[in-house]
Amino acid sequence: MEAVESIVPVLAVFLSMLAAGVVLKFDKTPNIRDGISVGAGVLTFFTVISMAPAVLAGTTFKYTLFTFVPGLEIAFMADALGLIFATVASFLWIITSCYSIGYMRTAKEKNQTRFSSCFAVSVSSALAIAFSGNLLTLFIFYEILSFATFPLVNHKGTQTSFEGAKKYMIYLFGTSKTFFLAALIITYNIAGTLDFAPGGLFAGQGSPMILTVTYVLFIAGIAKAGIMPFHAWLPAAMVAPTPVSALLHAVAVVKVGVFSVLRIIFHVFGVDLMQSLNLGIPTAYFVSFTIITASIYALTRDNLKARLAYSTVSQLSYIILGAALLTPNSMTGSVIHIANHAFSKITLFFCAGSIYVATHKIKISELNGIGRKMPWTMTAFAIGTLSMIGVPPAAGFITKWYLALGAIEAGEILILFVLLTSTVLNAAYFVPIIYKAFFHKPENRAADAEGNYGIHHDDIQEAPYFVVVPLVVTATLSLLIGLFPSYFLALAKGVIQ
Amino acid sequence: MLNTLGEILASDQVGFPVLSLMIFIPLAAAVLISLMKDEKQIKQIALGATVLSFVLSLIPLILFQNGTSDIQFAERYAWIAPLGISYHVGVDGVSILLVVLTTFLAILTLGFSWKGINKYFKQYIICLLVLETTVIGVFCALDLFLFFLLWEIMLIPMYFLIKTWGGQRRDYASLKFVLYTLLGSVLMLVGFVILYLNHYAATGIYSFDFLDLLKAPISRTKQMWIFTLIFFGFAFKVPMFPFHTWLPDAHVEAPTTGSVLLAGVLLKMGTYGFVRFSLPLLPEASLYFMPLMSILGVIGIIYGALLALAQNDMKKLIAYSSISHLGFVILGIFALNANGIQGGMIQMINHGISTSGLFFVVGFLYNRRHTREISEYGGLAKQVPILAGFYLVITLSSLAFPGTNGFVGELLILIGAMENSWQLAAPAFIGVLLAGAYLLWLYQRLMMGELNNPKNKNLLDLDRIEIGICTALVVVILWMGIYPFPFLKMMDGSIQFITDRLDTSAAALTENSLPGISSKLVFKK
Repeated sequence: MEAVESIVPVLAVFLSMLAAGVVLKFDKTPNIRDGISVGAGVLTFFTVISMAPAVLAGTTFKYTLFTFVPGLEIAFMADALGLIFATVASFLWIITSCYSIGYMRTAKEKNQTRFSSCFAVSVSSALAIAFSGNLLTLFIFYEILSFATFPLVNHKGTQTSFEGAKKYMIYLFGTSKTFFLAALIITYNIAGTLDFAPGGLFAGQGSPMILTVTYVLFIAGIAKAGIMPFHAWLPAAMVAPTPVSALLHAVAVVKVGVFSVLRIIFHVFGVDLMQSLNLGIPTAYFVSFTIITASIYALTRDNLKARLAYSTVSQLSYIILGAALLTPNSMTGSVIHIANHAFSKITLFFCAGSIYVATHKIKISELNGIGRKMPWTMTAFAIGTLSMIGVPPAAGFITKWYLALGAIEAGEILILFVLLTSTVLNAAYFVPIIYKAFFHKPENRAADAEGNYGIHHDDIQEAPYFVVVPLVVTATLSLLIGLFPSYFLALAKGVIQ
Repeated sequence: MLNTLGEILASDQVGFPVLSLMIFIPLAAAVLISLMKDEKQIKQIALGATVLSFVLSLIPLILFQNGTSDIQFAERYAWIAPLGISYHVGVDGVSILLVVLTTFLAILTLGFSWKGINKYFKQYIICLLVLETTVIGVFCALDLFLFFLLWEIMLIPMYFLIKTWGGQRRDYASLKFVLYTLLGSVLMLVGFVILYLNHYAATGIYSFDFLDLLKAPISRTKQMWIFTLIFFGFAFKVPMFPFHTWLPDAHVEAPTTGSVLLAGVLLKMGTYGFVRFSLPLLPEASLYFMPLMSILGVIGIIYGALLALAQNDMKKLIAYSSISHLGFVILGIFALNANGIQGGMIQMINHGISTSGLFFVVGFLYNRRHTREISEYGGLAKQVPILAGFYLVITLSSLAFPGTNGFVGELLILIGAMENSWQLAAPAFIGVLLAGAYLLWLYQRLMMGELNNPKNKNLLDLDRIEIGICTALVVVILWMGIYPFPFLKMMDGSIQFITDRLDTSAAALTENSLPGISSKLVFKK
């Protein structure tokens, strides 16, 4: 694998960070402001994708920005793994920017400029993490991301949203400041470097005991990956406006978590070391617990976004499961699930937001018959759920196929059962929503004293175009990347080599 | 041209006494002010003197030669020759940044005092200026007698600052401050005298000069004694647990400028003393006491943080946070390796910037509302957005958020401490977490939520001078946070010198394998 000095990865980060500053200038003219967000998204995406041909050919772009502290650099690097995540994040940023225009204006949210700006900072940090060349850079932007998303979660400024945001902060900051930082420092002390390297950076140093402790600290420190017991921030963060839940809590933030875990497994420890320390299979079983438990939680939630959040917790652990099994097929499944889950889950969140702006409903039990009034939204929702369950040809099937192959390859039949059980559970918590939406009769109900909105189905209309078009696009894409998965598979191959 | 100027300025025994001017200009201004009555003129002269002093301190900063442990810009004149006392000042990697920090904070405190001092304005300014002279002097002094003299004189203006312009319990707090510090410094003086006599015994020459003392060998037993004695002087000043009880009182009762200078630079005199004198002069004793010192540091970190969590008074909270932060500095310095010492030294500067910032913010609020009770505030972010914005950056710096200066220091300290011993470093991570907890919680209680207290409805946002103060601090915070390399580079030479000395004695210790020193304590690179 050849490394090339190139500033392009930095450029992608810089463009999106610049957008954060520029949108602040156009507070008074919302159309220009939102135009800039979309424009910056498009530019960033093309910057990212321009690296694809070379990366697919096995090149790694590297750039050292400056020496932070002697021996520790702020360095960027674009390799296959980073590019998968960056492609997904930057592309979905464009879509989400369009969606936000429709959602935020229809829902008449306040402080839209602050929202766009923080949003751009968050995406920029996510890209910086995707292109981090070493653990220090990753850690710095990991913290900045936590911080930039705080005002987004607390957007409404109410007591509930503040409580949610506080929980979010305590979980993310608390774990990263204690465990992640500790693990980073131990790693530096053992290896003398923090630069990611294929096959790991320890190069045979460190006793198995210390390395195992370091690994556990890393896993505990990266709460963004939503592994139980450090998952509770994710449902709490659902108080945020839907575009935030969609892009950040289905794509950017949580994927930063799993991405960091994959970096740790692949490029800090390396597959061989993971195997010799015997860490892979225990991790797989550990996250299996999350997969099943989170699905069971999801079953019990009536709030649509909460159910989606628990579904995300469960699906994130698929990605870690695949990596932890350490077989070529399972790792492929893991890496492409970053993309597959992103496209499908963002569709589901977009639909939840669409339902909210059109009807102000947030509970699943109130969705009876809504599919007839909002056919586009609910069809997209159905496609998203099919992908989550893993029905071909939707994208989720590819993941499950590779994960199942990987489980067999690794000889872990129990893991195979975990996958099957979770598929059944996925179906159990998603299919009833579709069924209710299309086959139940709508109920009309007057607004009651408890604050439930009245339901008059005759008044319900499909949400505005700015809301509907993005969700149709992502739904279509989650079918298309299921039918034509070659781009992400090729990148996944690059990761495994 | 710059080169020749640099050579002239940096040579030993310079023709142009830049350090002396920098030290004595504030004092001269204080003398001048004492003869004047007009408040406006007093302000002008004071401002002129502090700015001039700051500009002069930039000369050694800019012309500083990296990569050497040599004393630069030295001036040395015989003073009381028979006793071997000389006037010897100079800067090196250990002191240069602290000197600039002092002159920098002096301008900011003067700006803060521009209005709101309602009694004895003249005397107040004189106190500030004398304090500035003594503190810069302490950081520049290379003669132990001169060092001690300035160290003691410094108490006088600080005593009056607390005593005259302080809060309700100012009498108690000022007396406690002076008595505690005096107790420590008396013991320190004994330590210095033993050093002095040891040098005489070894060479037959009396000298208080630091550079001379470095050359005289000191036996291991003597090192232990001297270390213990001067430890008290520095430990009271830092303050290290369990010598810290004067600090919350002094901070709470001192006027804002007093707190800023106390936290910003006076506390650093203690940690500076350890790096300047204890480590290079007494390497064997430093190695021996390393576990104890680290443990005291860690206790300080956790204990200070827990107490900070429990406070209802903003100033007290920040005072306890200082104990915690200085615990980190001690932990770093007594990791006795390059990363740890460097982290400790840069963290002194960082703490000077961020904690001063916090005290300024408290001062802004106190000037407006005249209360320090946290529960009196809440939801201020909507009323005073500019203050809230600056305060947020300062808070982040104080809790070591990546991208601010605090992170750099903390990272290096933790790396150094971990290299030294993971058992000692591990509890420090709890301190890292707690720092986030008490600082963010304070921010939440002051700034977030709804504005419920009607007394806060008419709160004014920052005026121009206050914005200037905050901007200056934030620029430094971000600069040192994003590009700390030049600052760290300046320290390299001096740190190399200290670690070399420690290495040498560590090697000697392993050869002799003296009882009482387990192999684990021996310094490793």
